[in-house]
Amino acid sequence: MWPNKFEYARAGSVDEALGLIGDEGKFLAGGHSLLPVMKLRLAAPEQLVDIGGIDSLRGISANGGLTIGATTTHAEIADSADVQAMCAGLASACGQVGDQAVRNFGTIGGNIAHADPASDPPTVLVACGATINIQGAGGSRSVGAEDFFIDLFETDLEDGELITSVSLPNCSDCQCVYVKFPHPASRYAIVGVAVCLKMDGATCAQADIAVGGATVKAVKCAGAEAALAGTTLDDAAINAAAEAVKADIADWLAGDIAYPESYRQQMAGVFLRRAIGAATG
Amino acid sequence: MTTRIFGSGIKRREDPRLITGEARYTDDIKLPGVLHMAVVRSPYAHANIVSIDSSAAEAMDGVVAVYTSEDIGDGLAGLPTAWLIPDSDLKTPEHPALAKGKVRYVGDGVAIVLADDRYRAQDAADAVVVEYEELPAVIDPEEAAGGGAPLIHDDVEGNIAFRWVMGDREASDAVFDAADVVVSERILQQRLLPTAMEPRAAMAQFNGATQELTLWCTSQNPHIHRFIISAVTGLNENKVRVIAPEVGGGFGSKIPCYPDEALVSWAAIKLGVPVKWTETRSENYLITIHGRDHVQHVEMAASNDGKLLGVRATVYAGMGGYLSTAAPGIPTILHGLLYVGPYTMDSVFCESIGVMTNGTPTDAYRGAGRPEATFLLERMVDNVAREIGMDPAELRRKNLIPAFEDGYEVATTLIYDSGDYPTAFEKALGMAGYDDFRQAQADALAEGRYLGIGVTAYTEMCGLGPSQVAGAVGFQGGLWESATVRVTPTGKVQALIGASPHGQGSETTLAQIISEELGFPVEDIEVVHGDTTETPMGWGTYGSRTTPVTGAALAHASRKLKEKARVLAAHLMEANVDDIEYADGSFSVKGSPDQAQSIQDVALMAHLAWNMPEGMDPGFEESQFYDPPNFVYPFGTHIAIVEVDADTGEIELQRYIAVDDCGPQINPEIVAGQIHGGVVQGVAQALCEGAIYSDDGQLLTGSMMDYCMPKADMFPNFELGETVTPSPHHPVGVKGVGETGTIASTPTVYNAVLDALTPLGVKQIDMPLTSAKVWGAIQQASANGGGH
Ligand SMILES: Cc1cc2nc3c(=O)[nH]c(=O)nc-3n(C[C@H](O)[C@H](O)[C@H](O)COP(=O)(O)OP(=O)(O)OC[C@H]3O[C@@H](n4cnc5c(N)ncnc54)[C@H](O)[C@@H]3O)c2cc1C
Repeated sequence: MWPNKFEYARAGSVDEALGLIGDEGKFLAGGHSLLPVMKLRLAAPEQLVDIGGIDSLRGISANGGLTIGATTTHAEIADSADVQAMCAGLASACGQVGDQAVRNFGTIGGNIAHADPASDPPTVLVACGATINIQGAGGSRSVGAEDFFIDLFETDLEDGELITSVSLPNCSDCQCVYVKFPHPASRYAIVGVAVCLKMDGATCAQADIAVGGATVKAVKCAGAEAALAGTTLDDAAINAAAEAVKADIADWLAGDIAYPESYRQQMAGVFLRRAIGAATG
Repeated sequence: MTTRIFGSGIKRREDPRLITGEARYTDDIKLPGVLHMAVVRSPYAHANIVSIDSSAAEAMDGVVAVYTSEDIGDGLAGLPTAWLIPDSDLKTPEHPALAKGKVRYVGDGVAIVLADDRYRAQDAADAVVVEYEELPAVIDPEEAAGGGAPLIHDDVEGNIAFRWVMGDREASDAVFDAADVVVSERILQQRLLPTAMEPRAAMAQFNGATQELTLWCTSQNPHIHRFIISAVTGLNENKVRVIAPEVGGGFGSKIPCYPDEALVSWAAIKLGVPVKWTETRSENYLITIHGRDHVQHVEMAASNDGKLLGVRATVYAGMGGYLSTAAPGIPTILHGLLYVGPYTMDSVFCESIGVMTNGTPTDAYRGAGRPEATFLLERMVDNVAREIGMDPAELRRKNLIPAFEDGYEVATTLIYDSGDYPTAFEKALGMAGYDDFRQAQADALAEGRYLGIGVTAYTEMCGLGPSQVAGAVGFQGGLWESATVRVTPTGKVQALIGASPHGQGSETTLAQIISEELGFPVEDIEVVHGDTTETPMGWGTYGSRTTPVTGAALAHASRKLKEKARVLAAHLMEANVDDIEYADGSFSVKGSPDQAQSIQDVALMAHLAWNMPEGMDPGFEESQFYDPPNFVYPFGTHIAIVEVDADTGEIELQRYIAVDDCGPQINPEIVAGQIHGGVVQGVAQALCEGAIYSDDGQLLTGSMMDYCMPKADMFPNFELGETVTPSPHHPVGVKGVGETGTIASTPTVYNAVLDALTPLGVKQIDMPLTSAKVWGAIQQASANGGGH
């Protein structure tokens, strides 16, 4: 619980933050992932650049779609009427992160930059086709969430690049849910399933599905989506989707000593059923 | 009418300082010029130390010294094992404060760094370069005792530290050979991490002129710590002062004297400046003792009509890399002697094999040996019930020992003090609505839902214990307590006790005993504990013994004072002693109630001593040494109702009913609190807690991210009931209640889950019952043809 020595600076703007961050520096947002690993001496950045005071990085705007600033906290997202309306699954996922104290500190930008495979928000971002907006010394760029997450704790982010915001399409005409099976020890996800259904009467016109927790990163599940699209979500379709999802994630499975990969893979099927039930219930 | 203070659920007097953060723990005590100690710990479970290079560390800013076992030399003796089980071929391998040549578990100390700042100390500890030659490691105690396992201590052949036998093997064989039914199971009592809220800490200060050492540390028994620190440092015991300030929980893990306490003491003596060490939570999980760790091969014999005939077990008890202070006593004396439980069972046999492994040392953890016994007993009773097709509650009912008031000898040689098991049992079944539940269970099953019920009848021995017994079983200490009730001239009470409560609420409970005896208001009674210089000798707080043993000492000391007060009051009122009546802190003369002396008046007059009766000494203070004539045996019945989600293996604990009998309850709120906490810890063993090592001895559950602590939302509101059966040998009839919850609840919930899984054909799952394991067992059973 005794971190190595580091320097600390607080940036007032994105440019200042990008200027301050050196090769061995790290941005500090809510600190709820970074500080624990520093205390365990698993990370030893020489410098922390605190981005918590940069106003332009914080807040939610709803303008056709949603744009959520990187340092917006989980609690702010969960409580936002705009997010609840336009991407109910994300509000739900952020509302299930840790406990209230964690949600009051942890930010969406920090969460996705850290890319813990058992995190909640990334699963919804991947399901709903979010875009991650990034700024670096060389300018800004945007990456789709599916391409942003690469592997365990690994993203498309280059050293020194800053996530500025996350954009999401308006999904207010979808049934969008996030269902989580929390790990009894950490309360991170053993499995998290995000389901976003576009219904056309009784028929499912489009299904977007992603699974996290059970996998090294949030995985978009094309097989399960195909099993549902065009059906009336009858038992046969749901059974097929629950089988297909296990194949969708088969190459990406993750587990731990108590909840191994094989179990999580099976649970993805169970929780996909529950998510479909919640979306249509 | 006055409200009786005894039996009243007044609020815990210690809570205001605890919940406002004003309590002072060891780490809160700041001394000028203190050096911080960081310990370089082995990353390997088993390795030879090839070399240690501390030059880089020594050169770092703020670093005062780096020491290894070579530097300490004979400056510190090895840490003693203080429970030397007789007739067990016990080996006590050397336990040096820092490893000598070889490390035996991950976390074993290799060197210490002393620096002016805790961060710098840690930086320097990281800079000490240790070259290891890794050796094969062994964690599982049964494997470690089997031939061919790596040898952990050269002088502990086959890794077997002791082999303790209780009962007659041939007699047991005869019972089992003749029995209608024998059931058996291999039970794993997984390792548990005690996880006191306050990690351990120690700070030492040495005065070279007076040669006095003061050690502040997280101790459940500062007098034992003084004893051991004096022994390992070679200082006279009267030159060692141990202070346990506020201590934030222990659950047994703060009984032992660890290397760290010895090391700060040695370093403070060596350097002449105070030295402090505070454990991190990661260290806590690696180096503070673990609990349980048994592999048990258990059998129970019964008749077809449901008479329990006998139990026998071979237990491999993992001791870890060294034998901790009380370790050998836990899987032996505190375990085997509980094999009869509350049943009329005549045959018991236990062979308990203490095995050195490359795990963290184990020792007493809440319940200490008794949960491991109660679990195996209750598990086997359920197995017998299933085997003979009898309802498990009915089987228990048939075998309970009938009520007794003063002594009942059982096959393990214990003499239970008092008990009325059937009454507590029927009360609990009634509260649960047992018979209705069986119907509801059948209805639920028809809908594809899996409900289960578990019933545990238990008794346990606590209030440790008569010192003569302690001596007979090799405990290297007494088990009496002493206490002084000191009343100031203004009528305020200081109760000085040798025991050392650390969260139990004893400052309240013990004050209630004194208040009941002498009539002082509770607010005027201060319970002083934890400092060996301020308090009289005592053996400490563990084994649910503080209320039974210290409480008895205080009751007796109070009664002596009351007698003195009565005589003095009679003298002051010029009355005959026989005519003095006492009520609610006031002495009056029979027939003239307006003539009265309050206890405060008498206390003042005793201090002034202006007018004492012939031969009476001044002052108002009495002390009492109290050695209990027997253990106390609380008992009760716990019932759990669970539902298992067969799709995921998740378990929902729906109801928990606990009927406990700890004699008259001094403070029902505190009793309830002890039961709540105990139940939670015991249920956690059944459902979620378990330390897991990799094959090479790395602790995989090294933080709360992986080691599953119970959380409030896992539990329903507990439904508590009580019966009251006083202990015949205790001055106020009380029995201990600190461990009963932990002892009873693990098998209760385990059996409930297995009851729910019976229709699915699942017969056994190793604890903890994680959803993954439960789900896996359901799949396995269905692959094997499922239930019936
Ligand atoms: C007790 C506890 C329980 C938790 N439970 C959950 C849970 O159930 N589900 C869940 O999803 N999460 C959980 N978390 C994690 C929580 O969501 C964290 O807040 C989040 O993962 C990190 O956000 P942060 O703002 O605290 O980031 P920080 O810790 O400040 O930073 C994390 C990493 O991201 C980098 N970073 C931060 N912001 C940016 C940015 N804008 N651009 C580029 N890099 C950046 C940092 O340099 C660092 O490497 C839990 C955390 C705790 C402490």
